Amino acid sequence: MSEPLIFHFDVDGENFTSAGQASTQVKKNLRQLGLSPDIIRRVSIAMYEGEINMVIHANGGTADVIVNEQYIEIILADKGPGIPNVEQAMQEGFSTATDSIRSLGFGAGMGLPNMKRYTDSLEIDTMVGVGTTITMYVYL
Amino acid sequence: MLVKELLAHGFEALSLPDGEREIVGVYIGDLLSWVMGRAQMDNAWITIMTNVNTIAVASLADTSCVILAEGVEMEDDLVETARTKEVNILRSSLPIYETAVQLSKLLP
Repeated sequence: MSEPLIFHFDVDGENFTSAGQASTQVKKNLRQLGLSPDIIRRVSIAMYEGEINMVIHANGGTADVIVNEQYIEIILADKGPGIPNVEQAMQEGFSTATDSIRSLGFGAGMGLPNMKRYTDSLEIDTMVGVGTTITMYVYL
Repeated sequence: MLVKELLAHGFEALSLPDGEREIVGVYIGDLLSWVMGRAQMDNAWITIMTNVNTIAVASLADTSCVILAEGVEMEDDLVETARTKEVNILRSSLPIYETAVQLSKLLP
């Protein structure tokens, strides 16, 4: 694999039924590339959490997964409300999700912490009122 | 222990596309991010959460099977989704604790 492989997805906002389509597709693609189950699992979960966040908070966005020889880069970008306090958002258990979101099993305040847990590097670029871009790396 | 072997112990198969899968340990939880953060690959996952996201989480977290406790219902179209996504879904009529105790006796 010399040229990086790029997978691009549009994440539909307000749609929990289709949430996870991008991560499920990425899981399939990575499997076809013959990557280890552990790597696939880490990338899939981190990406799914990002997708769910975009659906809950930002009315959707885009997800790009770039597979290089030595690492996988996941870029999640939205034009949502931004994160006013990143440090707080990174704490396990902190959530601004509504009760209806919680009734679906989300809103445990574990989304961003899980993204950090399962990736080797996580960068958050956010501005209130403008949007958020999250870039994650998983080394192969 | 293989997922399909649970059928001989009172567990009902709703979706069993990969019955040969080995169960290694058990995780219990209904908060999906919590499950994704804590469950291990190949765990049997006991839950009462039966929406479409349950199937996505089981697939992405790579659990060996979902075990719906308390005899909760899962809609037919979701069961079909589980089959197409190759997610094993079993059901127990027992409460969560008793389901876990039973698994504890069965697993090595």
